[in-house]
Order: sequence, then structure tokens, then C-alpha cells
Amino acid sequence: MHETMVAESLLATISDEARKQNAKPVSAKISCGMLNAVNDKVLCFAFDAIAKGTSCEGIRLEIEHKLMQGQCKKCNERFDFKLNCPKCPKCDNEEFDLLPDAPLLLEQIEFEME
Amino acid sequence: MSRKIDVGKRILSANERYALKNSQLLGEQKKLCLNMISSPGSGKTTILARTIRDVKDKIKIGVIEGDIQTDLDAERIKATEAPVVQIETGGSCHLSAAQVSGALEKLPVGDLDLIFIENVGNLVCPSAFELGESGKIVVLSATEGDDKPVKYPAIFAKSKVLLINKIDLLEAGAQVDFDVERVRADARKLNKGIEIFPISAQTGEGMNRWYDWLAESTKNLQGD
Repeated sequence: MHETMVAESLLATISDEARKQNAKPVSAKISCGMLNAVNDKVLCFAFDAIAKGTSCEGIRLEIEHKLMQGQCKKCNERFDFKLNCPKCPKCDNEEFDLLPDAPLLLEQIEFEME
Repeated sequence: MSRKIDVGKRILSANERYALKNSQLLGEQKKLCLNMISSPGSGKTTILARTIRDVKDKIKIGVIEGDIQTDLDAERIKATEAPVVQIETGGSCHLSAAQVSGALEKLPVGDLDLIFIENVGNLVCPSAFELGESGKIVVLSATEGDDKPVKYPAIFAKSKVLLINKIDLLEAGAQVDFDVERVRADARKLNKGIEIFPISAQTGEGMNRWYDWLAESTKNLQGD
């Protein structure tokens, strides 16, 4: 449900860029870590609803989810953290650090050419 | 034809600006601020009311209460004589840093050692919004089931403390199927440093270790 607030912030950020570029946005790429708990369908639904009547109406959102990364304390290997198998895939060590989760980022906007 | 532009902007930067402002204000005054998160009915308000009464000679506590509707929880805190500010979110499922910033202006922060933020009862959304707090406290009660760290990993990964509440129900021989050790193991897989205190805010069992942690954390902050 917090996707509505994410959608509002996203709309403000894209509208801002669109004004600077003086162009109509067609699509936007977003990335987020798993701890942001963003559901694609809910975010797209919320964004469509609030973007009606703005310069961002009808734009397509692409959302990339990034897995959490672990780093092995023994061999330093960085790996995708999986809750059902929490150990280093290279040396099987169970001692590792969880690296900070990826933030919610607006990565790229695609604009129409005039 | 189209052209693509790389932006690389944080989407929640407006919330993050307020969170930074809150954390600077609290940091300058050396106040501990704990953001309490759980599903509805886990006992957050009961834990707070008991904690405030039991430690009042040692730690001065103020509370920011977040609820979708009503000020029922704020009334329960008021009965302890601790200062409390209510935020009614009017439907929103989490507190935002801007709301907390406004509430901090209404609290007598200078007179307090510790500020609790009781977030809206919800195990998902509040974990995605930083409020500028010193740390998050997640509460899980025995009747909610021991699978919650696996099903809602975000909040367990981000919290400093896990309070496992209503453990009196386990010992009374009630029909509650809840394995404390499973919760402990699953929470530690996500968060090696998390402090875990099994408690009953109803009977007071286990509460002293929680109070010791609070006393030590406020002392460490003020002693810097």
C-alpha cells in the first residue's frame, strides 16, 4: 500500500526531469532492493491513477528488483543472499555480512523525440 | 524515435531529507529514538505503557503515536503521564519522516532521554520509510506464528531489537504453536547482530533485560 507514496515521489521526480528536458516521457526504469517491498502491479496501478492528466500519463514503468548481497567473511566472495540457503556458494561458509539493500532509484527515462 | 536519459535519483529523497533533519536534531541533543514496528495487536502500546511506568525513575520517555484512526493508543500512553503526540494518518499505512518532524516539534525533546515512535500496525510498509530514528524495534507476538521472519524479512533484517511478546501464552499450556528457537534462528540469518528478548508485557516476564538494553543504549549515547 505504501506504493502510493512511492508513486507520488516518482511522478514528481519524472515530471521534474520532463520539464528540464522539455520533452514527453515514454517510459522509466526503476530499480530497488528487496527490502523496499515494492510490488510491481501495485506500483504501476498507483502510478497510472495519479499520472492521469499530467505529462506522465500513460508512461511505461520497468521495475528491476535487486537481490540482497552477502559477502563471505572467509573468502570475501560476494553473492546473492538466499534465505533458504544462507551460506557462501563458493566455500560453504555460513559466516558472512549482509551488504546494505539497494535503494529505490529512478535509473533512466525515455523521452519522445520532437 | 526516442532518447534515453540516465537519472540515478533516489525516489524517496523527499522523505529522506526529513529523515536526515530528524536524525540531526536528535543527534545534536543526544536523544535515543526508537521506531517500533509490528502487525496490529502484537502489544506495542502495552509494552510501551509498562516500560514507561517501570523505568520512569531512570529514563524519561516521550512517545509519538501513529494510528490510521483514533487516539485510543495516545490515551493509554497519557495515563502513564509520559508526554505523547498523536499522528492520525487518515488511512496511510505508515508514518513518514515529515509527520515525525512535526511531532518532534510538539514534544518537550530537551526534557527526555528516549523517544519512542509507535508506527502504524503493519509489518510491511513502515519498514521502507526511514524516519531519522536511532534504530528500529520489531515486535512479534506468539499468536502471530513463528514463520514471520521468513515471510516478512525486511523488518527483521533492519531492526536492532526483536521483542517476542506474549510468551506467557506459551507457558500456560494454551493452544499456541510457536517455536521461539525457530524465530531466533531465522531472524539471525537475516541479521546477525539483532538483540532478541522474549517478553510478556502482561506479566512482566523478561522485561528486565529489555530495560537494561534501553538504559545501556541511552547511557552510551549521552556518554559520548
